[in-house]
Amino acid sequence: MSNTSTKGIWKVISASSMGTMIEWYDFYIFGSLAVVISTKFFPSDNPTAAFLSTLATFAAGFVVRPFGALFFGRLGDIIGRKYTFMATLLLMGGSTFLIGCVPSYETIGFFAPLLVLILRLLQGLALGGEYGGAATYVAEHAPAGQKGYWTSWIQTTATVGLFISLMVILTTKNILSPEDFDTWGWRVPFWVSIAMVGVSYLIRKNMDESPVFAKAKKEGTTSTNPLKESFGNRYNLKFVLLALFGATMGQGVVWYTGQFYAMSFMKTVLNIDSSQVDKLLGIALLLGTPFFIVFGWLSDKIGRKYIMMGGMLLAILFYRPIYKMMYTTTDVAHKTEITAKTVQNTETHKDNKTNAEVKVTTTIKTYTDGTTHTQKETYASDKKESKSNFIININSHDEWTLIFLVFIQVIFVTMVYGPIAAFLVEMFPTKIRYTSMSLPYHVGNGIFGGLLPAISTYFVTHSKAAGKADFYLDGLWYPIVIASISFVIGMIYIDNKNKTTHL
Amino acid sequence: MNTIKRVLGILWVILAVAAAYFCVFEFGLPKLLSDQQEDLVFGIIILFILTPLIVLGLGTFGYFAVIGEYNDDKK
Repeated sequence: MSNTSTKGIWKVISASSMGTMIEWYDFYIFGSLAVVISTKFFPSDNPTAAFLSTLATFAAGFVVRPFGALFFGRLGDIIGRKYTFMATLLLMGGSTFLIGCVPSYETIGFFAPLLVLILRLLQGLALGGEYGGAATYVAEHAPAGQKGYWTSWIQTTATVGLFISLMVILTTKNILSPEDFDTWGWRVPFWVSIAMVGVSYLIRKNMDESPVFAKAKKEGTTSTNPLKESFGNRYNLKFVLLALFGATMGQGVVWYTGQFYAMSFMKTVLNIDSSQVDKLLGIALLLGTPFFIVFGWLSDKIGRKYIMMGGMLLAILFYRPIYKMMYTTTDVAHKTEITAKTVQNTETHKDNKTNAEVKVTTTIKTYTDGTTHTQKETYASDKKESKSNFIININSHDEWTLIFLVFIQVIFVTMVYGPIAAFLVEMFPTKIRYTSMSLPYHVGNGIFGGLLPAISTYFVTHSKAAGKADFYLDGLWYPIVIASISFVIGMIYIDNKNKTTHL
Repeated sequence: MNTIKRVLGILWVILAVAAAYFCVFEFGLPKLLSDQQEDLVFGIIILFILTPLIVLGLGTFGYFAVIGEYNDDKK
């Protein structure tokens, strides 16, 4: 490759990646702020119900992604990649900004969750159209034999987007007081998006159409009905199904377990302080992200299949031991309390709404290894039962243990996800590529992966209610079973050297 | 390898049917008929999104495998 063409492809990569990263950022701040959003937009009588409702709204964003893939994929195969993924960028940026502007449930009642749900659906539609366009655009610019390496830059954007979302939230929390963050500060990460989208739009506006698509358009060989050609044609449909069940389905659950479930597990099962979780997850993501490029590059040398399947197999084998270790590392039952350092405070105040007397007892326990356990027990005079919750602040050693355990999961993610864009774009011909690759990707990630937090949380809650000792591991059955099926299908039906390579 | 692909195709069809049973009768319907709001949402997603995808998608994939669409000579 000459210097000029190297420069050219870097321009393509940076323009595509920046926009895609921003879209992921927009999509994930909602998930990262799920707990605070649940208190703002859903009835707060029952915190679990509010949290699950948020997850459901979160899932709604995922479920609609395949529809975005169909709608924008079709447009991308007819009018071009460039204009389509510029439209998705604007749709995503606008929706995100507006989520940050919706008044709370207390102010406008039922309209609050309804508006949030609609905007979340629009976000899902936009994301459904974005990724396929960006991956296709980059792959169609990349030289032969290096698609894995160049498209792996696009693959980093999802994790980088998640990382930046965590950092923006953490910075906002550090700048503002807890009260200000809870009142209005949580909206800031949503507002930040509009500036980033503006910059990305200007960069993308000056990019050229993909050369492969431009050539097809000039020759009149683009598709007039990409949906029919993609899914109405048996030859192509069988590859769409193979891509879904043999690759993206397993990849989706590994991705969401390694990043989102790990985060949710640490916050809601291990009860670690939210900021501490964001910080350690951020470090693990930062350390793991370069491996997307490593495995993308490696897939050009040894093939995509064995890297992706290797990642799935490792995840299947090691998820339970990893999560068991995460649990035992932070479990205070295994630690020695310094009883002399235990502090207990009781405060009483009147609830402004009910006028009832509320007594809050805070007990802070300190352990010999530096861990602290803060328990708050709230008793309102108008209610029969008291509410109790606790937060753990872990010591530095345990923090690094958790960073390492999350980092291993991120490595599994990079193995399954690094090569997958190249794998998908090579599977389908130019005229239906955007549509055909977007659908299995977003069904695998949006539906099988996106539903993971809701389904796994359900399993954990169910097992806990049934009194199972290792209830906290039961949420892992969903990704393990799904990844196992995908692994067997991928190993048997996918060729390492794709015989249908179209690029 | 072609024989394994075809035989496993039967397994995917059976798995699709088993998934249909579990998704509808174990997860979907009990949740849908529950009075709890969060269960209802969960039930709707399982019944109307996940179930058709697994059943139709995996079933069709299994069928294609059984009839030899994934055989080496067909690619």
